[in-house]
Amino acid sequence: MKINKLYLVLFLLALVAPMVLYPVFLMKVLCFALFACAFNLLLGYVGLLSFGHAAFLGTGGYVTGAMMLHTGMGPEISILVGTVAAGVLGAVYGKLAVKREGIYFAMVTLALAQLAFFFYLQSPFTGGEDGMQGVPRGSLLGMIDLSDNTNMYYFVLAIFIFGFWVVHRTIHSPFGQILKAIRENEPRAVSLGYNVNDYKWVVFIISSALAGMAGSTKTLVFQLASLTDVHWHMSGEVVLMTLLGGMGTIFGPVVGAGVVVTIQNYLSGGELGNYIHIIMGFIFIVCVLAFRSGIVGELQKIMKKNFG
Amino acid sequence: MWAKMFFVHLKIKTNKKWGWFCMSADYVLETRNLVKEFKGFTAVDDVNLQVERGTIHALIGPNGAGKTTVFNLLTKFLTPTRGTILYNGNDITYMKSAAIARKGIVRSFQISAVFPHLSVLENVRIALQRNEGNSFHFWKSEKVLDKLNDRALELLDEVGLKDYAKAITVDLPYGRKRALEIATTLALDPEMLLLDEPTQGMGHEDVGVVADLIKKVSANRTILMVEHNLHVVAQLADKITVLQRGAILTEGDYATVSQDPRVREAYMGVEADDEVANAIAAETAAANAAKKEDVA
Repeated sequence: MKINKLYLVLFLLALVAPMVLYPVFLMKVLCFALFACAFNLLLGYVGLLSFGHAAFLGTGGYVTGAMMLHTGMGPEISILVGTVAAGVLGAVYGKLAVKREGIYFAMVTLALAQLAFFFYLQSPFTGGEDGMQGVPRGSLLGMIDLSDNTNMYYFVLAIFIFGFWVVHRTIHSPFGQILKAIRENEPRAVSLGYNVNDYKWVVFIISSALAGMAGSTKTLVFQLASLTDVHWHMSGEVVLMTLLGGMGTIFGPVVGAGVVVTIQNYLSGGELGNYIHIIMGFIFIVCVLAFRSGIVGELQKIMKKNFG
Repeated sequence: MWAKMFFVHLKIKTNKKWGWFCMSADYVLETRNLVKEFKGFTAVDDVNLQVERGTIHALIGPNGAGKTTVFNLLTKFLTPTRGTILYNGNDITYMKSAAIARKGIVRSFQISAVFPHLSVLENVRIALQRNEGNSFHFWKSEKVLDKLNDRALELLDEVGLKDYAKAITVDLPYGRKRALEIATTLALDPEMLLLDEPTQGMGHEDVGVVADLIKKVSANRTILMVEHNLHVVAQLADKITVLQRGAILTEGDYATVSQDPRVREAYMGVEADDEVANAIAAETAAANAAKKEDVA
């Protein structure tokens, strides 16, 4: 009951937020929050560190961008196609990657993501270094004009809630129980008769599709799909967001994404813009050394200590 | 003292292979000329092991004798270099671990294999869930698993953990984790249990509890266990196979094996002197007494 009230309060806050804060900024936070939630599904609930999630974010973005530019389909169809495309790529990459564990899993995903990066760099349809520019936002179901930031915000919010709900449902499902068992003790899960690679593969597909959905949405928000989204920096950034917020917690990635995006926005405008990576790196080190369970993880500990 | 001897590492000249070829017996698990080589080192050398249905079979031997390697071969965590493994007469040599688990062979691990950050009840439910056919259903609520709770509590009751159902597993003492592991294994209702050093790292009291549990769950089942604690072996095992440098040294019941001079030599490095012989005799007597008590 308590958690439901929390959801309700957050939902109401999200509804009124664009009246206080700049909607584009909020949309950026929501896109990255969804991306981090998708990533956290792998790292936090199965213990798989993917270092190539930018490939799925970027694929979703480029495919949706191309759909909007060249086919004249509406935003809802374009996002759907982008999501599916990322999911298909995830199915291929995941099939290869889940055969390996630990650091090797991370390296395989990184290598595969670099393949995607160079593919998008060389392909003519992406615009290479310039990126895919001037992507129209279109209108939702042909009725609601999304070029209006407020309308767009509520559309993005709906997508985010859907994605968040998928993650939540997956974690708290019979399937999610097996995922947690794999995270906790993989050999034991095998000895109980579970083909762990199949479970890892399915969750990898879910995670990559959601990452693609985040990328698709982001392309519509900024009307731009660029190489930044497929670059390995992006894969690293999502690790930072998840760890900072608290991996393995449902709200952690959302908080982490919020903090990281806020810091980036704040710094890039000011005099400290050139030092942004140094500052982010410093935060990362402090986070790993001092509070390893992240912001939400630490808060949960305090709550448990004092009230639980 | 006996326990100490187990950790003495030594050399031995005897390396006679031993086979039991009684064709009439009913074997659940059987290996034929099983060999495992690691880059030229032969960890398991031509092992012919036969586990009879409904018995408790113990695998013992000094450190480095290849017990755990044999175990990992049987449960497919390793692939044999040569040889075959038969389960109820079917060749399972190249099946995957998860597949043989579904066929009814479930193993335990040296370090207690539990899911530490799940609750005790959830641990058992993970095993029960396998036959539900919903373990890929990511769109359903986990509440559908609640119908397994009664069965899970029953299993926990069997191992004396019912009152801890809601506890987080990591908080349990070691002996209870072992008990939980057994409850989880029983949830699969396996035909055969492979236990890898079930009493390792336990205090005296816990050893007794776990040994009793093994005895209890052995009804209608076949158990193959690796065990260092000879007390437990003497008390439980119907048949003992002694491994030495990857090969079978001898087989038989406890009395036969413990009197075998080669076994003593394997553990102690020298021909056993009188003192040791007496110690073994005392051990055997104690074990027999324990067995009688058990029957009574």
